Amino acid sequence: MQATWAGCAPHPRQRVYFANHTSNGDFVLIWTVLPPALRDQTRPVAAADYWLTSPLRSFIGRDVFNAVLIDRRPDARTEDPVAQMIAAADAGASLIIFPEGQRNMTGEGLLPFKSGLYHFARQRPDIDLVPVWIANLNRVMPKGEIVPIPLICTVTFGEPLHLQAGEDKDTFLARATAALIATQGAT
Amino acid sequence: MNGATADLWMLLLGLGGVLVAASLIGAILADRKGADNPVIENLNARIKAWWVMVILMGLALTFGKAGASVLFAFCSFAALREFLTLTDTRRADHMALAASFFVVIPVQYYLIWTEWYGLYSIFIPVYAFLLMPIIVALRGDTGRFLSRVAEVQWALMVCVFCVSHVPALLSLQIPGFEGRNVLLIAFLVVVVQGSDVAQYIWGKLFGRTKIAPALSPSKTWEGFIGGALTAIVIGASLSFLTPFTPLQAGAMAFVIVLMGFFGGLVMSAIKRDRGVKDWGQMIAGHGGFIDRLDSVIFSAPIFFHLTRFYWSTV
Repeated sequence: MQATWAGCAPHPRQRVYFANHTSNGDFVLIWTVLPPALRDQTRPVAAADYWLTSPLRSFIGRDVFNAVLIDRRPDARTEDPVAQMIAAADAGASLIIFPEGQRNMTGEGLLPFKSGLYHFARQRPDIDLVPVWIANLNRVMPKGEIVPIPLICTVTFGEPLHLQAGEDKDTFLARATAALIATQGAT
Repeated sequence: MNGATADLWMLLLGLGGVLVAASLIGAILADRKGADNPVIENLNARIKAWWVMVILMGLALTFGKAGASVLFAFCSFAALREFLTLTDTRRADHMALAASFFVVIPVQYYLIWTEWYGLYSIFIPVYAFLLMPIIVALRGDTGRFLSRVAEVQWALMVCVFCVSHVPALLSLQIPGFEGRNVLLIAFLVVVVQGSDVAQYIWGKLFGRTKIAPALSPSKTWEGFIGGALTAIVIGASLSFLTPFTPLQAGAMAFVIVLMGFFGGLVMSAIKRDRGVKDWGQMIAGHGGFIDRLDSVIFSAPIFFHLTRFYWSTV
């Protein structure tokens, strides 16, 4: 497992790490490669409709990783996910989010980003948004397999970006997607 | 302490002496030219890593067959990890990849351990070669089928089959050399790595004319010739460890150096194709495991078979 800080240094400042999502182990991997000082202040944003479905998952998600649990179902939820993220950020936490909103099973590229990243950036424009590319974790253990293959996983941290003045939602999300794709090739 | 152990310790002490000298030179250079000079920083990282490698190797060889088998099985595992990480596999290859790590490596080294020459020399080229594409084909994904299967085959041949010929040297039976086979491993490793180090030093000091600029910017004729001659002298002077005469030992060293050099070029070509500079980051200053093993990979089987053909009775 290797971490490459290609576009920024591991400074202990408040950040939102946004990453591609191919495996349930993704946030654990990011969390492990963060230096301990950063790790303690970083909370993953995860799906309540997955992590609250059994006592074990709920213990891991809520108590071990201190996740900000959001509900992905717009019609069933009682809390606004972006408001929950803002609240966590205002309490001083850095966040790990997966803007694709679900695991990408296609094996390549990125799924279209959900708008949460944009709404967060609009309300807290000063916080660094750091693209993070996770490579190989889905090859180690594809969905439905039981034996993991010990390949080398890499986590690459790219150059932070911010919402620019007057930038609309689609332009910003396209730019964030491009930044994450660019991080894939950075070493 | 038998004769072989005494000779091994003498060799290790000699290497320790070389490393002490190298560390001193590294410290002096860092002092004169500044510790943040990237070439010197890399040199000192390399020397530190050499300490670890020599100590590990010494420990493994002191434990004889068990130590050597475990050490090189671990090298195969680490190398296979690096190699397969760079290949373009798909989900349908999963079983074949898992089998490479958890079936092929243990079986190959078990066969080496039991000294079953007839099977360990064909297990991967015959059985793994035929069974692997069957496993992949059964999953039904035909996209890029040939290149996917070929990449896994290459990974197994290079990282497992070739590397396993180092501990296989222990199974040779050479009249008058009983109980001393571990010194064949020491000879091979010292000549290969000595040649790499000598080529690096000669190249850094006098390197001008690039041999294969498309493959490797650091390989020069001056480095290669200087390094090869140095390694041949090292090989000939270590003949007392081996069943060879000084002339034979020098000739063996020459073959080892040639295969090692071209092995390095072939592995560079693969890295270039994949767009990476090093195979990994496992060994500070050296890159990955394969970066350190590439010349052993290509020379070990040839050294094994030459020694077996001309000297061994089995």
